[in-house]
Amino acid sequence: MMSDLHSNWYPIASSSDLPKRHVYQAQLLGREFAVWRADDGHVNVWENRCLHRGVRLSIGINNGTELKCQYHGWRYANRTAGCTYIPAHPADAPARTICNNTYPAIESHGLVWSGEEASGDLLSLDGFDSATVLRAVPVFAPMNMVAEALLGYGWDDSCKGAANDDGSVTVTAGDGTAVRIFVQPMDSNHSVMRGLVNQAPAGAGRAELLQTHSWLMQELRDRVEVLAAKQEAPAPYEPVIAKVSEDLVDIPALGTDGRKAELRVQLVKKEMTAEGIVSLRLEPIKGQLPTFQPGAHIDVHLPNGLVRQYSITNGPGETDHYTIGVKREGDGRGGSAAVHDSLQEGDVLAISAPRNNFPLRRDAEHTVFIAGGIGVTPMIAMARALNAQGLSFEFHYFVQSDDHVAFKQQIGEFERALTIHKGLSPEATGAKLKEVLAEPGFARHVYICGPGPMLEATRGIAASQGWTDEAVHFEYFANTAEVDDSTAFEVDLARSALTLQVPAGKTILEVLREHGIDMPSSCEQGACGTCRCGVIEGEVIHQDVYLSNAEKAEGKSIMTCVSRAASDRLILDI
Amino acid sequence: MSKPKCEDQVALNLWYTIAPIAELEEPGAQQTILLEQQIAYARNAAGEVVVWAHEGVPGGVPEQNTLPVQERYGYVWTTLGSPNSDIFPIPEYAEADRRNIHAATFGVNVSAPRLVENFLDMGHFPFVHTDILGAEPHTEVKEYFVEVSEERDEIIASNCKFWQPMAAAASSGGADVDYIYRVPHPFCSVLYKSSPLDESRKDVIAIFIQPFNQEQVRVHMLLSLLDDANNDTDIRLFQQTIFGQDKPILENQYPKRLPLDPRAETPIRADKSAIAYRRWLSGKGITYGVIPPAA
Repeated sequence: MMSDLHSNWYPIASSSDLPKRHVYQAQLLGREFAVWRADDGHVNVWENRCLHRGVRLSIGINNGTELKCQYHGWRYANRTAGCTYIPAHPADAPARTICNNTYPAIESHGLVWSGEEASGDLLSLDGFDSATVLRAVPVFAPMNMVAEALLGYGWDDSCKGAANDDGSVTVTAGDGTAVRIFVQPMDSNHSVMRGLVNQAPAGAGRAELLQTHSWLMQELRDRVEVLAAKQEAPAPYEPVIAKVSEDLVDIPALGTDGRKAELRVQLVKKEMTAEGIVSLRLEPIKGQLPTFQPGAHIDVHLPNGLVRQYSITNGPGETDHYTIGVKREGDGRGGSAAVHDSLQEGDVLAISAPRNNFPLRRDAEHTVFIAGGIGVTPMIAMARALNAQGLSFEFHYFVQSDDHVAFKQQIGEFERALTIHKGLSPEATGAKLKEVLAEPGFARHVYICGPGPMLEATRGIAASQGWTDEAVHFEYFANTAEVDDSTAFEVDLARSALTLQVPAGKTILEVLREHGIDMPSSCEQGACGTCRCGVIEGEVIHQDVYLSNAEKAEGKSIMTCVSRAASDRLILDI
Repeated sequence: MSKPKCEDQVALNLWYTIAPIAELEEPGAQQTILLEQQIAYARNAAGEVVVWAHEGVPGGVPEQNTLPVQERYGYVWTTLGSPNSDIFPIPEYAEADRRNIHAATFGVNVSAPRLVENFLDMGHFPFVHTDILGAEPHTEVKEYFVEVSEERDEIIASNCKFWQPMAAAASSGGADVDYIYRVPHPFCSVLYKSSPLDESRKDVIAIFIQPFNQEQVRVHMLLSLLDDANNDTDIRLFQQTIFGQDKPILENQYPKRLPLDPRAETPIRADKSAIAYRRWLSGKGITYGVIPPAA
């Protein structure tokens, strides 16, 4: 019986209960929902509970793209309900599995419909295309008792009531006027009547219609509640709260997802956004795309067999697609040429879920973004997140010329925070960077992404101006240094109790894979940070461009795709 | 007293604060509830505090069948069971130069352990106590230490630091404030906060929770301060403002009882003290105000 009820669609709110930036508290079969409309129109029906400490999300803040919990400021994305930011740990990207329970939602005929396991279409509402939504009237009585009483509902002698397959009642008068009333079971002994009239008069006619039915339904309510009070109240429903996933109980373990392309997307729009830079809009073929955080990238598996990493440029809450930017690299290995020349709108691509190895702190009093060329892409997502939260930042974009400015519309949102530096020589760029980085200080952070030489220069300038390693965040496109793999050594895996030999010509990552140890990876050239692994003992030759100098000196972690041992043996935390 | 309604023997055997001593200046018997049991308290003719359980009208001060009583830290303490230890120590209370103030008694519709966790929590300062105990964007909870002292049977969280916009009345800007937290009783907690007046000493704030039932409590708050600048009313108003900000959050937690199953909620590193607290409660076999982990 229970499962039957759970697979039905019920109206749980009126469209008018969801004005801009509001969060509405609804209830169905004992389970509470937080219902909110994002600025893009999408209606979210979520479990009314923050995953962290159980606080109702209906008292949270709808900022148009995300819902923010009142207790600790955790942010959950429109559509996916994935957590995008945990303020207590600003340097960390939240685990992808921190995702609230969402329920199906349909908005139709001025009502919002949901059901724990509802699927398929609503029953036909023919004849109610131009309808008036009546005031919702609560009744302290079981759903069936209300539905039965509604069969006798009417406003004149010609009214006849008939039950519909979905449990609602249609009352029709001789003149063709009809009212369809749905009963929403809030709980076993608490229902709400939600009615539609097949007429949509305006002005005084509308007011009269609403008043008439408000009065009649109130009268029905009183009668049913007298009857219900004579019966023993049924036991309330006890909705089961799903447990959080096992991997969230302890400190997150290493991922086991390798270099996988678990998602299929369609290239819906391909357009030039600047000289030599194409913008690709990718939409899911079915279902939803996983939650991304600003700074995240995806692996794109190209038709020619190459795998490339591209940053997501989306703003917060833009969860129905990913937009990436790809620059044609003259001397590249053929990845960008394949994107520019072969991909067409309508093509299906395999991509990985987003990974965030370039997380954005949002606890800075001021953030400086420095982008060079195509390095602008992760910065766009980051600055849009700060912009949406009203946090202070400045955005410096170094390009060859006006024709090379990509994603003009998106960066236009930054208004006065945006400065585009065009056609500067390396010397002039250096001088400008000195100026931009003149003021290090408490709670100030800088993010850099661009071509290798510019990135090196910027890091150098930041260091000489007094910025600490912790305040300077960077992401290289690629590791352009020559990687030396001529040494041979041994690795001990502390947690797996295995000892493996790494011969010359092979990477640690390859040896791990050969022995059945699944290690996530992405760029496999020491740039992205995905295959990072802890080092318990041993001296390291890093060879990556992901870790900061301080992190390298500490020697506590390595990139298994390029790092090697300087000693005979490394003990890894795997 | 007939059979207690609370069936948790561990909870029954604890000492509880039921009222500030100052309330006994009122004539006649006062009534309250502890663990679903109606109790009354009054001074008898000899001037001693007497606490007794009753049903319905409390009647006059009885001479027999009274409950154990202690006066400690400015409050009346009693128990419905047989405590196997004394009330936990707060040595600072006895220091001559401190001001001991009863800040408030607050009713909250939540379980006692949820309230204790809120008291231990720093991550909510910028969001719930905005511009007082914290301010965005300074939201980071830095690493701190948590230990369970076997000897004292209490949880201690130390080296806790949180950035506060106005750390003290005299400060011109924000600074990290140091905290130490103790949980010496399943439903009581004591915090030590850097004193603006004396670097070597700390202000003390303690909460003593009196559970009416599993999901409704009142909490008594004691301050033991080195502050000699502000008057009692201002100090109370400050604490009551803070409490008034926490109350609606606490009353919107679902479920109201604290779930002890590790998979019921999602802890992060900042919740180390709460994780230790939940495990400590599990180890004690407490069932009152919690949802025990499924067997």
